[in-house]
Amino acid sequence: MKYPHDTFPGGLKLAGHKAISNQQTIQEAPLSKHFVLPLHQHIGEASLPNVEVGDKVLKGQKIASAQDYVSVPLHAPTSGTIIDISEQPIPHPSGLSAPCITLEADGKDEWINLDPVADFTTLSEHEIRQRIRDAGIVGLGGAGFPSFIKLNPHTHHHVETLIINGIECEPYITCDDMLMRERADKIIAGIVIIRRALRVKQCIIAIEDNKPEAATAMQQAIENRSDIGDTDVMVIPTRYPAGSEKQLVQAVTGKTVPSGGLPLDVSIVCHNVGTCYAIAQAIFHGEPLISRIVTVTGEAVDKPRNFETLIGTPINLLLEHCGSKLSEDDHLIMGGPMMGFELLRYDLPVIKTCNCVLTRISSSKPKPQPLPCIRCGDCAVACPVSLLPQQLYWYTRANDLEKARDYNLFDCIECGCCSYVCPSEIPLVQYFRYAKTEAMTIEAEKRKSEHARDRYDTRLARIALEKEEKAERQRQRKAALAASKKAAEAEKQAEQQDTPT
Amino acid sequence: MLIAILSFAALALILGLVLGFAAIYFKVEGDPVVEQIDKLLPQTQCGQCSFAGCRPYAEAIAANEVDINRCPPGGEATIHALADLLDREPVELDEECGVEAITTLAVIDEERCIGCTLCIQACPVDAILGAAKQMHTVISDECTGCDLCLEPCPVDCIDMVAEPLSTQNWGWQNPVLSQEPVP
Ligand code: SF4
Ligand code: SF4
Repeated sequence: MKYPHDTFPGGLKLAGHKAISNQQTIQEAPLSKHFVLPLHQHIGEASLPNVEVGDKVLKGQKIASAQDYVSVPLHAPTSGTIIDISEQPIPHPSGLSAPCITLEADGKDEWINLDPVADFTTLSEHEIRQRIRDAGIVGLGGAGFPSFIKLNPHTHHHVETLIINGIECEPYITCDDMLMRERADKIIAGIVIIRRALRVKQCIIAIEDNKPEAATAMQQAIENRSDIGDTDVMVIPTRYPAGSEKQLVQAVTGKTVPSGGLPLDVSIVCHNVGTCYAIAQAIFHGEPLISRIVTVTGEAVDKPRNFETLIGTPINLLLEHCGSKLSEDDHLIMGGPMMGFELLRYDLPVIKTCNCVLTRISSSKPKPQPLPCIRCGDCAVACPVSLLPQQLYWYTRANDLEKARDYNLFDCIECGCCSYVCPSEIPLVQYFRYAKTEAMTIEAEKRKSEHARDRYDTRLARIALEKEEKAERQRQRKAALAASKKAAEAEKQAEQQDTPT
Repeated sequence: MLIAILSFAALALILGLVLGFAAIYFKVEGDPVVEQIDKLLPQTQCGQCSFAGCRPYAEAIAANEVDINRCPPGGEATIHALADLLDREPVELDEECGVEAITTLAVIDEERCIGCTLCIQACPVDAILGAAKQMHTVISDECTGCDLCLEPCPVDCIDMVAEPLSTQNWGWQNPVLSQEPVP
């Protein structure tokens, strides 16, 4: 076991509330009758349905294909019939609907023929990536970026260290904790595959010190395997947001990821433990990503616990199974209390990036009216990216987004530490989320207007050219006419001379 | 005395020559002010400002012939940007020109289109595709929402529709709108 020699600035010591949900083993969620599967569960292009309403599908069958490079396919979570392809409400901060495939289960849960690989060393790196992509695997830590891309170091990069993220720094969530405790061998198997695809020498599995059982289980699993190479568990002091990629890199290696850059820029790649597990399932069992571990916790459920849940399962089925005591004015959050978002209804489906369903929590008191900023500077101390939140807030309020960008608005990881510590209860992070989308919209508009100018200029040039060509044609016609007239006259004259009067 | 006069005359001559050459060598193409103003205009090319397009309006602004508040698609943001650039006072949008509205896109009802090509000729950015007696259609990615194709259509088959809100174009609300802290 290793210990870190560095850390990131700021951050918060938060009460973990992990014991609420990590006392029970992972249970299989009940099989739902209906599954709603959004076509866009990852970063990048949405996938494209390759089934029609009425089609019978088997468990694990591909029902939508990747549409672009940054895109992954989608698979049927159980056997049954496709009954609808339409817009359905999805879990999203906007509360809007998006295109989904709806599957009615036949209850048989019958698998399609799988294609497992017994000895993965027979696969090339490219084949590994291809299989991981075909299995629809995305980062299960929360962002949902297609994993196969992060397994491709590209020609100009050399990856030195692979960091496996088992931090789970948000309070209440325990799905990675339970996965590490119960299925450490599978996670390690996934790591072996990733190591091969990336050709890394060193690998560090980072776990917070509030999860000693998980750390021991992982350490044991490493010792059980001979082909794992230089891999170590590193125990990191518990501090939010240590699980955020750039902060994790800093805590583990002491390197700082440049502003606007990726860990790859400092020769590091990070993967979540859940993703490692999914990769092992995909290669050794041929199983695509059709389920994940979801924590259901909070004070409004009787039996909080973790579920192995098929993607597309309605959240209220999980809540019922946990003995839900939700009342009308209870909030439901997808994700953790710091970075999660509120769900406006209970029947939304579980998606690939859904790690936690959080019901009523004691700190969810009504937000008081914000007071004026007193320039105390607490937010700047708490910011793990060393930004100046009060300055950013100032510029965002004045709608001076240019200035906000100069103050590295886009480096904000939206962790919410600043809002948490602000004595004036200013919802700082909400301002920064707004400022980011607004700045991006403005940029898109600018690009569009540049493009329109180009098209307008081309059109003007085209019209001018057409006019000129027309004039030219007219001139030629006139010249031809004049010439033929002249010729006719000359003939006439010649005739007149010929005929004697 | 004479030396002073002569040396200054020589200096003036040399500097004059240098300046003269500099003017030729470093000649600036076009009018940079017009260029800069044009950059701030939304390029909708709708003509609501009563000019033939964004560029002519930019030229008129540069020549100080018109006010900076005649662009409804650009709205307040454009007025402020222009005021900043030209060091003028921001003014309210001139209501004669129109009101600031959300951007819409032209959609042709393909059932009713008779293929007259009139809208194609009206579109300032060549965003309409079609040929005589053939059904026309709008390339929505290129449409600037200028409304110019509506009028010429003899069968009134073009509608301006707002882009529907989706998870792709949705953005976070400004918290100022939901709660009003005192700054
Ligand atoms: S913590 Fe709040 S009050 Fe203090 S400087 Fe930051 S924004 Fe202002
Ligand atoms: S939300 Fe952004 S500004 Fe606030 S503490 Fe986190 S990274 Fe810093």
